[in-house]
Amino acid sequence: MQDNPYKGYRPPALDKLKECGARVWSDVEMETTGGVFSGIILPRAETADAEHIVLKMRTGYNIGIRADRIVSMTVRGVKEAHYRIPEQEFPYDDSNPNVTLLGTGGTIASRLDYRTGAVIPAFTPGELYGAVPELADVCNLHTEKLFGIFSENMGPKQYIALAEAIGREIEKGVAGIMIGHGTDTMHHTAAALSYMVQDSPVPIVMVGSQRSSDRPSSDAAFNLRSAAYAAAHGEIAEVMVCMFGPTSDSYNLLHRGTRVRKMHSSYRSTFRTIGDIPLATVTPDSLRPLREGVYRKRAGRAVRIVPAFEEKVTMVYYYPNMKPDIIDSLVDNGYRGIVIAGTGLGHVNRPLYDALRRAHDRGVALYMTVQTLWGFVQMYVYETGREIMDLGVVPCDNMLPEAAYIKLGWALGQTDDLDEVKKIMLTSVAGEITEREPHDGYLVLQGGLPEVQDFLKNHMM
Amino acid sequence: MSHDRIYRSLGFRSGLEVHQQLATKRKLFCRCPVGLNNGEPDARVTRHMRPTLSELGEYDGTALMEFKTRKTVVYELLRDSMCTYEIDDTPPFRINQRAVEYAIEIALLFHCNLVDEIHITRKQYLDGSIPAGFQRTAVVGLGGWIPFRGREIGIRQVNLEEDSCREVRDEGHQIIWRTDRLSTPLVEVITEPDLETPEEVSAVNALIGRILRSSGKVRRGIGSARQDINVSITGGTRVEIKGVFRTSYGEALTANEAKRQRALLEVRNELYRRGITTETFEASSVDVTPIFAGGEEDLLPEGFVPGPAVRVVRLNGWHDLLATTTQPGRVFAHELAGRVRVIACLDAMPNLVHSDNPRVFGLTDEIWRTIRHAATATKEDGLVIVWGVARDVETACAEIIDRAREATVGVPNETRQALPGGLNRFERILPGPDRMYPDTDSPPTAISREMVERIAAALPEPLWEVEERLRKLGVSEWEARDLALSPWRDVFEKAASGGLLPVKRLAMILTGHRRAARRAGIAFDSIPPGEMERALELLGRRTLLWPGFVALLVRLADAVRAGNGEEERAGIDGIVKSDRLTPAMGEEIDMLVNTMMKGWTGGIGVDIDAAHRALTGEVVYALGPRADGAAIAKKIGERLRGMR
Repeated sequence: MQDNPYKGYRPPALDKLKECGARVWSDVEMETTGGVFSGIILPRAETADAEHIVLKMRTGYNIGIRADRIVSMTVRGVKEAHYRIPEQEFPYDDSNPNVTLLGTGGTIASRLDYRTGAVIPAFTPGELYGAVPELADVCNLHTEKLFGIFSENMGPKQYIALAEAIGREIEKGVAGIMIGHGTDTMHHTAAALSYMVQDSPVPIVMVGSQRSSDRPSSDAAFNLRSAAYAAAHGEIAEVMVCMFGPTSDSYNLLHRGTRVRKMHSSYRSTFRTIGDIPLATVTPDSLRPLREGVYRKRAGRAVRIVPAFEEKVTMVYYYPNMKPDIIDSLVDNGYRGIVIAGTGLGHVNRPLYDALRRAHDRGVALYMTVQTLWGFVQMYVYETGREIMDLGVVPCDNMLPEAAYIKLGWALGQTDDLDEVKKIMLTSVAGEITEREPHDGYLVLQGGLPEVQDFLKNHMM
Repeated sequence: MSHDRIYRSLGFRSGLEVHQQLATKRKLFCRCPVGLNNGEPDARVTRHMRPTLSELGEYDGTALMEFKTRKTVVYELLRDSMCTYEIDDTPPFRINQRAVEYAIEIALLFHCNLVDEIHITRKQYLDGSIPAGFQRTAVVGLGGWIPFRGREIGIRQVNLEEDSCREVRDEGHQIIWRTDRLSTPLVEVITEPDLETPEEVSAVNALIGRILRSSGKVRRGIGSARQDINVSITGGTRVEIKGVFRTSYGEALTANEAKRQRALLEVRNELYRRGITTETFEASSVDVTPIFAGGEEDLLPEGFVPGPAVRVVRLNGWHDLLATTTQPGRVFAHELAGRVRVIACLDAMPNLVHSDNPRVFGLTDEIWRTIRHAATATKEDGLVIVWGVARDVETACAEIIDRAREATVGVPNETRQALPGGLNRFERILPGPDRMYPDTDSPPTAISREMVERIAAALPEPLWEVEERLRKLGVSEWEARDLALSPWRDVFEKAASGGLLPVKRLAMILTGHRRAARRAGIAFDSIPPGEMERALELLGRRTLLWPGFVALLVRLADAVRAGNGEEERAGIDGIVKSDRLTPAMGEEIDMLVNTMMKGWTGGIGVDIDAAHRALTGEVVYALGPRADGAAIAKKIGERLRGMR
């Protein structure tokens, strides 16, 4: 914070500060044409205008004063903020399992950024413990900060680094692994790790928060505690996402990494398992499996890490009236794989046919998923589907579009042989394709129906 | 006024925080309609709150206290009055611009300096009253004033903020809130601690309320305005009394709080005399569950169920101090009981027994001897017994010891809850600036000069100037206050300048009679101003007499309420004509008097005065609203005299 004494200020506000001998964190009294104001000068968000100076008053409130109204300023001192949770050493207990928390950034570990006025990922996992000491009740926590980035900036490099870090931790003999991750692309990373880390003997639990940890109502602590329990004591050794079940903080769900999707822009209970049921419910001190057919925790440190990713892979969300030039330009730009999210059972319009044939002829891997998210691609039902398959488009069963996109990148990262790619794509590695869709795998309760209202009256939302 | 001197000598200081809901249709940070909904909840959500660091990197005392209480928070949801914003599942939408304008107008009415840019700040509340764990609030104006009894009362700050949830129930470790009221826009007007007596607190509170109403931009009705009152005396500390629903309660509440603070300072002085300071203070607690459980049940008084765990706190050297009177009917032990109730969630009262009032529950001397022995206490010590779930009892003991230690300093910084009868009780530790945090979800909003100029140009005339002008016209103090905020102010001023009716009579009609009419269920205020003016004119010209005038107003009010267009079109003159409201004149009275007096013979021994009254009464009754009593009495008098 020492580096720039005028953080975020531009002329004319910047000029006024300099003229008055004041800087960020100065304790000042401002004489203005509209009265006297006093407080501490705060950094200004860079996206805010250049006209105002931000003051934190003794009451704790912030206000903005127009620089051109300021007649004079008396600087009475400097009070710099140290926004920091005291970092505490984790109490080690021999009877507790060892768990590693890998940090990537995101709102589970965030703090205020004065520059932008937004939250940035900046808490070290050690500081996280300072905020959530209950973690020590269930595990001995070790932490490693791999990156400090928003989840939208996660990409192949990070997937591979994460997979390799997981391999190292398993080799060290940890009982479970947690990964702190921003929620926006958590399901992409979850899919990537599901393919890259195979036959893990221990739980790999991804966790984040929908309300940043700088607010009292944050879901971060509950998520972290539940994830810690699943990692330390859970019997399910898969790549999973651990986030709120209902919006109440009563229990979390463990979702399989390839079947999970963020379904709401802001709800706490945003993650849902699509086309199947979740693996388990979990709380900070209990875990209840919901289904059979999971990979169980095993002794030993054997794991297969398959780190590979081809970046020239893309996903096309089909819409009526899509023009062939969309596909053509992808081919011309050197894309090697395209996952299409088609309508209904997996369809696109006839004008795209030539473009798809051309792509196929040029060796581009073409795969079909459904934008309905729920249900299988069924290209034999209608003639359209059969025609599209004839063009070389391969149906991906009930793989979610994001899971298919990540998988195609991973497959093409391993081989150029399109037959081999096809084999990889259509062989389920981690539940991304299921043989059966359970009858309760598609449940989107419709609000307003009397029976649903009854359900809501009798259960915490 | 001698009371005032006492409060001045105590160094009584008080300031007000008046919260007033604004009359916007929609909420402050979402598009939900404003209004309460008492229906069955559609659904419920449960949450827990954790304290976080302030912007300057410190924990707030209140936040930590509320965390200790480990409450489960439940929200009742009703579709019509809330959306996902109210359960903190959607970030705030842009601030309601209408509310911003109303707040600016109110800040100007209080002579505040306006900020140039509104920054939304989060004010932490971990009691669950706001699902986000913080209230979104912003300063709009600073450094204002209002005139009061020849001096100025400083206005420290005018804030625009969202209202909190309504509490449904608070029991043990669960508190239930309803989300309908949440995010209703309100202004908070904070005065400097310039009020010097409890009476001034009520008077200034009422004045602020009237100024707010003079804007015409605030909501009315129960719960639309609430005040917090800050009180301190010399040597004491600022204590906030929260949730005062009526301005008139302020006087008793602040007087009792001043007494409480004086009593706490006396306790501190007595502790000093006994050599107990913050440094030498000693206390401890022991488990005495076995004394109450099993074996010697005969010892226990009937009806005393001590719960699964019992502990006793020993306060060294505190003998006799726990029974020190603090407020009417309250003693120091209530200070301890308040903390135990709120923080340890032991809320079945009484929640403790102490050695200065040992007979509660009929605990015998023998039990007390056993307890004193277990606590290794001497006669000089004070003992406090608490019971309940073990974990809560431990919290309770820690809180009792903390609160007793605070007695060595004097008056702790607390938020206290107003109770009926002017008493107050502990609600929470007074929050400080450490619970403030900038709202990262909302960008700052510049207040344009054009907007301020537009609002300033349309600002209503200052209330005190209106009242002064009315008083100068010759109306009473009470009527001036009433008229200043009345929808009839313009009608009054116009009619008063017309001079057809005496000012006092006019004022009586538009204040006292208006009030009586509304109590009687007549929609007085729905009468169109133009029609009222015309009715007053008819009364002034004696085209209508009082009964006719009253009948006309009732008809007008009914017509408007019933939406009776035809009557409205007929207008006043039509109603006057069709209802025959004009007074009966010469010949008509003559005829009626003749009829009444037919057969009247008079005669010796008849009481002429009584007959006069009786006959007049009959004629007046027959004519109803058209009766001019004075004219009728005169006429009958003449006839009677003529017959003699």
